[in-house]
Amino acid sequence: MNRTKGDEEEYWNSSKFKAFTFDDEDDELSQLKESKRAVNSLRDFVDDDDEDDLERVSWTGEPVGSISWSIKETAGNSGSSHEREQLKNRNSFSTYTQLPKPPSTYSLSSFFRGRWCPSQSLACSFAALSDTPAKSYAPELGRPKGEYREYRKWSSSLHTSSIFIWQVCSLERFRSLQDKIQLLEEAVSMHDGNVITAVLIFLKRTLSKEILFRELEVRQVALRHLIHFLKEIGDQKLLLDLFRFLDRTEELALSHYREHLTIQDPEKRKEFLKTCIGLPFSAEDSAHIQDHYTLLERQIIIEANDRHLELAGQTEVFRKHPRKASILNMPLVTTLFYSCFYHYTEAEVRATRRRKIPDKQYVLTALAARAKLRAWHDVDALFTTKNWLGYTKKRAPIGFHRVVEILHKNSAPVQILQEYVNLVEDVDTKLNLATKFKCHDVVIDTCRDLKDRQQLLAYRSKVDKGSAEEEKIDALLNSSQIRWKN
Amino acid sequence: MAAHLSYGRVNLNVLREAVRRELREFLDKCAGSKAIVWDEYLTGPFGLIAQYSLLKEHEVEKMFTLKGSRLPAADVKNIIFFVRPRLELMDIIAENVLSEDRRGPARDFHILFVPRRSLLCEQRLKDLGVLGSFIHREEYSLDLIPFDGDLLSMESESAFKECYLESDQTSLYHAAKGLMTLQALYGTIPQIFGKGECARQVANMMIRMKREFTGSQNSIFPVFDNLLLLDRNVDLLSPLATQLTYEGLIDEIYGIQNSYVKLPPEKFAPKKQGDGGKDLPTEAKKLQLNSAEELYAEIRDKNFNAVGSVLSKKAKVISAAFEERHNAKTVGEIKQFVSQLPHMQAARGSLANHTSIAELIKDVTTSEDFFDKLTVEQEFMSGIDTDKVNSYIEDCIAQKHPLIKVLRLVCLQSVCNSGLKQKVLDYYKREILQTYGYEHILTLHNLEKAGLLKPQTGGRNNYPTIRKTLRLWMDDVNEQNPTDISYVYSGYAPLSVRLAQLLSRPGWRSIEEVLRILPGPHFEERQPLPTGLQKKRQPGENRVTLIFFLGGVTFAEIAALRFLSQLEDGGTEYVIATTKLINGASWIESLMEKPF
Repeated sequence: MNRTKGDEEEYWNSSKFKAFTFDDEDDELSQLKESKRAVNSLRDFVDDDDEDDLERVSWTGEPVGSISWSIKETAGNSGSSHEREQLKNRNSFSTYTQLPKPPSTYSLSSFFRGRWCPSQSLACSFAALSDTPAKSYAPELGRPKGEYREYRKWSSSLHTSSIFIWQVCSLERFRSLQDKIQLLEEAVSMHDGNVITAVLIFLKRTLSKEILFRELEVRQVALRHLIHFLKEIGDQKLLLDLFRFLDRTEELALSHYREHLTIQDPEKRKEFLKTCIGLPFSAEDSAHIQDHYTLLERQIIIEANDRHLELAGQTEVFRKHPRKASILNMPLVTTLFYSCFYHYTEAEVRATRRRKIPDKQYVLTALAARAKLRAWHDVDALFTTKNWLGYTKKRAPIGFHRVVEILHKNSAPVQILQEYVNLVEDVDTKLNLATKFKCHDVVIDTCRDLKDRQQLLAYRSKVDKGSAEEEKIDALLNSSQIRWKN
Repeated sequence: MAAHLSYGRVNLNVLREAVRRELREFLDKCAGSKAIVWDEYLTGPFGLIAQYSLLKEHEVEKMFTLKGSRLPAADVKNIIFFVRPRLELMDIIAENVLSEDRRGPARDFHILFVPRRSLLCEQRLKDLGVLGSFIHREEYSLDLIPFDGDLLSMESESAFKECYLESDQTSLYHAAKGLMTLQALYGTIPQIFGKGECARQVANMMIRMKREFTGSQNSIFPVFDNLLLLDRNVDLLSPLATQLTYEGLIDEIYGIQNSYVKLPPEKFAPKKQGDGGKDLPTEAKKLQLNSAEELYAEIRDKNFNAVGSVLSKKAKVISAAFEERHNAKTVGEIKQFVSQLPHMQAARGSLANHTSIAELIKDVTTSEDFFDKLTVEQEFMSGIDTDKVNSYIEDCIAQKHPLIKVLRLVCLQSVCNSGLKQKVLDYYKREILQTYGYEHILTLHNLEKAGLLKPQTGGRNNYPTIRKTLRLWMDDVNEQNPTDISYVYSGYAPLSVRLAQLLSRPGWRSIEEVLRILPGPHFEERQPLPTGLQKKRQPGENRVTLIFFLGGVTFAEIAALRFLSQLEDGGTEYVIATTKLINGASWIESLMEKPF
C-alpha cells in the first residue's frame, strides 16, 4: 500500500501486465490543451448568434421543445401569447411539423380483427367472458405500409392479451379448489406477472391460508410471485407465516429484521431489534444482529447523557465543539470516533472498543479523533508501547506513513509531524513525506545519512534564504567528514 | 431529429415511428384540451421518442410533474397521468384527484400506464376510492426504446433485481413482448441462441406467443439473421470492472441518463466575452450524447487513452478549415466558404464540448486513487491474489470511501475467485457492517443471492479455466489501434462479448466445457420461415445479430460489440438490446436495500 510513485512504475514495468497508464502524459495533456487553444481561437471571429441551422438548445442542454424542457415552460402560468409565439417559432426547427398528420387508422371498411387466443381453455374462456368484443383495427387505408400493418396486427393481438382479461371477467365463477388451481397454472404458463398476481389475490381471498401455502409450495413460480407481492403491499404478517410454513428460517429472520428500518423512534427500534436476537440467522449474522442491538442500546444512553451535558454548557469539549448530529443509528466506527472525541478518558471508549473492532480500525479512528482535537499527548500515547524490560517503543499497526497523513490532514504542527515522519521505516517514503510536508530537518538528516550530496544541494533551494535550515545544509555541504556518494 | 436512428444496419426509426403513432392515438381518445401530469422518471425515456411539439399537435397545453397535494391550475378539459405502475405513485395520484376543486370546471381524468397496466395499482386506486374517476385507463407498451442506430433499451431499472433476486418474470415477459414487436416490424428472426435461465424463459415465451398468435403469417422479409439472448448472471464480472472507453468513463463518472449527461458547468463557461463574469452558471450543463454528433460517434467507443490524439487532430483540421477564409478571394470562393460555415461551427462546438469533457475525465483518471483502484481491479481480473484480504479494499473501508465502491471491488474479487474463502468473506462483511452500519446486512444478503458475493463452495476456483479458455485477459493491449475487444477495459475482454464473438465464429461447440461451468442452459431454437422469405446471403454480406442482455449492459460492452461489427472480416453486425443501460455503480445500487 505504501508504494511510492517510483515503486509503482517499477512494479508495472517488471510486472507481466500493463496498467492503464497514460503513456507520455505530458504529450497527452498538451494535446488537449492544443485542441482547447484551437477551439478558443476560433471563437473570436464567428458570430455566435448565427446558429439557425443548429438544433436549439437551452443552457442546460435540454433541446428546446423537449418534454422535460416543456414541463418547465408550460407549468408556469404566465404563458403569454408572446411566449407562445416564441415557442412556436422554436418548435418549427424540429422536423415533426414536416411530418404529415397521420390519417385516422380506424375505418369502417376492411376490418381486421386481431385476437390473441391462447390455445388453453382459460384464456379463451376469458375472452368469451368479456362483454367487450376483441378490439378491431383497420389497416391503414391508402398507405401500403406493410411494415406498420404487420406491427398493428401484432400489437393488437398483444393488446387483447391477458391484460384485459382480469379487468373484464370475474374470477368468482371458479369455485372448486381444482378449478382455482387450474386457473393458477394457466396464469403461470402465460408468464405475465400481472395475471399471476391477479389470480393470487383471488386465491388469497378465497382460500384458507393453510391450503394456499400447501398448494404454492409445489408451485415455485407462483410462490415467488406471492412473496414478491406480499413484500410489495407490506403484508408482513402473512409473509412471515409463509416463511414459517415453508421452513425458510433465514429468510424469515431477515424479513423480520428488515422491518426495523420502518421504525423511527429509537426506543421502539431498540425493543424491536431485541426481538430479532433469537431469530434463526446464520451464526455470523446472529452476532451482527446482537451487536446492532447493543450498539443502539449504548447510543440511546450516550445520546441522553450528552444532550444533557451539551445543554448544561459546563463541559468544555461540548462548548468548543458542539455536536453536529445525534449519534443515534450511526455505524459502530462512527460511534467509536464520537466516543474518542467526546469521552476519550472514560469507560465509554473501552466499552465500544470491546466490540471486536480490529486493532487497525481502532487506532485509525482514535488517531483521527484525538488529532482533530489537537490532543498530541494522546496521539503519542496511542503509539507508545512498553516492553517487559520497561523500555518504551513506538509502534503503529497502520504504519507511520498513514499516521503522518492523518496528522497532516488535521494540520498538526511541524514538530509533531517531524517526530512521526522520522518513524517511517522505508527511507524513500520517509524522504517523500518529509519533502511533501516540509519537515526540513528530516530531509536534511536523511540526505546526510544517505550521503546524497546532490539531493541535499537540490533541497537547499527549497528552504528559506538565511534560515537555520540553510545554515545547517551549508555546514554539511562544507563538512569534510562526510564521504558523499555523489 | 432522430435521423441517427436510421444510420445503422437496421433502421430503428421504423420502431420509433410505430410507438409515436400509438401515442398519438391514445391522445386523440381524450378529446379536447389536455394537461399531462408526468411521473418524472418517464420524461427521459419519452424524450427519446417524442418532443413537446408532437404532444402539442394533439392539444396538450400544459405539462406538470407528478407531486403531492393539489394539481396546479390549468384550464383544460382532460388531465392525463403518465405513470409507471408503482404503488407509491398511485397514492400521489389519488391525493391529486381527491383535492380537486369541486367548484371549478369539471375535468376528465385519465391514466396511462407505461409500459403495462397493473392490477395492484388499480386495486390501490380502488382502495383509495378514486378508481371510478378515471375515464380511460390504458397502457402504453413502450417496451424497447431506440437509443441509437444500433441500441435499444427497456430502461427498466429493477429488471435485474426482479429476475435474479425475486425470480419475478414480469420483466422477462415485457422483454419477450418487446421482441415480438420487433419481429412484427422487422420480420421473424430465424435463429435464436441463448445462454442462461432467463434467456431460456424468454425464448420459451416468444415461441409460445408466436404459436398463439392467430393472425396471418408475418410477411416481412427478415432483417435479423439471429437473436442471441444472454443472461446478465452468465457474466457478472464485466459490469463490475471500471469501463475505460470514453463513453464508459463519462457514464462511470457522471452517469448518462437517457443519453443525456449532466456536467459541472465551470468548464462550459459562456461563449461570449461580454457575457463573462455577469453570472457564472451554477446549473449543471446538460448534453445529449449520441451518434447524431459526428465527433462523438467517432470517439465514444475508443479507449480514453486514444481520445486526446483524435481531438487534437480534429482541432488542426478545423483550424485549417477556418484559415481557408484568407484564401477565399473570389466571390464564388467566399460564397462557398460561407456555405460551409454552419457545419464548421457545429464541429467547433462539438470539439469544444468534448475537449472540456475529456479534461474533466482526465482529472479523475490521473488521480492516485483511480490508479490504485484500477491496479487492484486488474490484479483480480488477471487472477492475482484473489484469495486473500486486499489491503486497498481494507483502506477504502477505513477511510470510508463510498459503500458502492467498496461493494463493487469486493464483488469483483469474489467473482474472480468463484466465491471468497469463508474467512475472507466474513472479514469483509464485518468491516463493512461496522463501518457503514449493521442494516447493510440486508444488502449483503441480496448480493449473495444474486451470486455477486458468496463463499467459495467445494474449494474450487473455476475462474482461471474460464479466463484461459475464453482469453479474457490479454497482455498485449493496443489502446490506440485495437486488435481485440480487450481494449475496452485495457486488458480484460468482456466475457459476454467473447461469448457472442465465439458464437459467430467458430460456434459454441468449441467451448462446450466452459459453457457448462457458466450458469444456466445454453440452447438453440429455429423459427421456420416460409420459403419466400428465406434469405440468400450475398457473398461477403454480413449477418445481423440482435443481442439481448437480460439484466443490463454497459457502454464498454456495447463498444466491444461495435468494434466487432466494424471488423472487416468479422462477418457479423450487432444490434444491441437490453433491459437497462447500467454501470457497476448503478447496478450495485439497484440491489441495495433502501432505508425507508
